[in-house]
Amino acid sequence: MTERPLVLGIETSCDETGVGLVRGGTLIADALASSVDEHARYGGVVPEIAARAHLEAMVPTIERALDRAGLRHRDVDAVAVTAGPGLAGALLVGVAAAKAYALALGVPLHGVHHLAAHVAVDTLEHGPLPRPSVALLVSGGHSSLLLVPDLATEPVVPLGATVDDAAGEAYDKVARLLGMPFPGGPPIDAAARDGRADIAFPRAKAGDGTFDFSFSGLKTAVARWVEARHRSGEPVPVADVAASFQEAVADVLTAKAVAACRSQGVDTLVIGGGVAANSRLRALAALRCEAAGIQLRVPRPGLCTDNGAMVAALGSLRVEAGVAPSPWDLPATSTLPL
Amino acid sequence: MLVLALDTSTPACAVALVELGALPVDPRRQADRAPQDQAPQDQAAAGRALFEWQALFERAVWDARRHGELLAPLVAEALAEAGIRPPDLAAVVVGAGPGPFTSLRVGMVTGAAFGAALGIPVHGVCSLDGIGTVTEGPVGVITDARRREVFWARYQDGTRVGEPGVGAPAAVVAQLRASGATRVTGPGVALYPEVFAEFGHSADRADRADRADGADGADGPLVPGSPAPAVLVRCVAADILGGRTPAPLVPLYLRRPDAAEPRPPKTVTVAG
Ligand SMILES: [Zn+2]
Repeated sequence: MTERPLVLGIETSCDETGVGLVRGGTLIADALASSVDEHARYGGVVPEIAARAHLEAMVPTIERALDRAGLRHRDVDAVAVTAGPGLAGALLVGVAAAKAYALALGVPLHGVHHLAAHVAVDTLEHGPLPRPSVALLVSGGHSSLLLVPDLATEPVVPLGATVDDAAGEAYDKVARLLGMPFPGGPPIDAAARDGRADIAFPRAKAGDGTFDFSFSGLKTAVARWVEARHRSGEPVPVADVAASFQEAVADVLTAKAVAACRSQGVDTLVIGGGVAANSRLRALAALRCEAAGIQLRVPRPGLCTDNGAMVAALGSLRVEAGVAPSPWDLPATSTLPL
Repeated sequence: MLVLALDTSTPACAVALVELGALPVDPRRQADRAPQDQAPQDQAAAGRALFEWQALFERAVWDARRHGELLAPLVAEALAEAGIRPPDLAAVVVGAGPGPFTSLRVGMVTGAAFGAALGIPVHGVCSLDGIGTVTEGPVGVITDARRREVFWARYQDGTRVGEPGVGAPAAVVAQLRASGATRVTGPGVALYPEVFAEFGHSADRADRADRADGADGADGPLVPGSPAPAVLVRCVAADILGGRTPAPLVPLYLRRPDAAEPRPPKTVTVAG
């Protein structure tokens, strides 16, 4: 029996240099280098710092993934890479590297969509995805609801997206407001555990009939509330603010995700992206999906954030479906449409 | 030994395939040597190792914004045209800048990945050496650093003196004048013709540009004065032939990334 093709996946759309190796539906190894610490003092990802870090980390991260798998370069049967969307300079490093590996090894190149890869990674843990499914992707860079027909052969269809800040961005900004470090997701999640979600922060666009989100107004509302406390000389109940903010985010995201499943007649919801690691989002999604008879699939946190395994997973689906490879002049497209 | 060379430090996306051999060599090969090659006695006089080299392919495409799209097809074309399979390559040479960061990284990561995939050494060379090492006398090499600045280095008879720098054209002129340079060359010169007017223009590169112009149906000629990847190979030929482990590949950015630390959170009611 011949072995199924081994696909090397490369992800560099933001601040993580991710490399994954997938054979068939199985994750063989992955490796990650992150420049997140270098960005922390700037309160957000600095594109030039991220791009420099990718160049430095690219080859060593690939070597590490291969070492972990006990494989050599020549065992690779295809190379997949995030072609967009993302930071232009960062994407370019990964795309150029992927082309060089594919060209040097004489194997096909597959440029893939970052958001589709976030969905595809779930197949490594929970097997093939029912067609169609709905995906909610939430991170510092994106907040999208997608209809997912066939991951390998059909483009995902956008149902809605944030009209301003991404959900993760709102977490970062609110965290800064509360004196917490970047990225803001983990510290807010931790603080919220001891708090009561009893401050009525707004749910923008809730029940407006669209599948779009807006988090900019929420962030401003939190800022105004905290400021009013400062002015009146009262202490800021950090845990309560964190819990109430988090509740507002999770409420809108899960309500719209469930509504999207209903409107599409779909009974499977996949949640991915860094914010999928958020405990309240997971809990509320589980509750609401259960009530609506929707099967909820959430990959483990390590696979929710940007990584190479997700790119390898989608590349693997494409290779096995016989999809034509990408040309050598594949561009890195920061605003790649779905 | 077959060597793949790349440079993306200027608006030119440049690729060469070079056959490198130690001397003495097969006399038949001697006859094939590229006309611009240095005679062995010159190399010896310059204290360099004796080698012969022949560019099997050398081509550049000029497009400052599309290195990422142009480079891989050009490498594929080079290999196909020269009838070389990647495993036949013995080394990679890559221009390490200075150059605009985004395009520079395309060449560097391509070189690094190619080398890693094939398990062959990757030698980084200061890109300005791809221009400066074929000049004579005291010469300043100038390339565009954008933001009204230039990257530069000084050469004496083809050997770089000191490290490359970045600065405003007028400041670079003052340093070149002080160092006794009499001529300047490189694609940065034409961007500030009045500033560099006091220097003669080094013509050493004109023959190269002409030669590439006449090359078989090139997408574009080698941009006059842009770093020639085949020349970069010559810069490290002795290291390659001697099997020396290259130094770690380090891009010559010469500038810190633009990044400002955030101000304290603003007061929203006041700021609106
Ligand atoms: Zn992502």
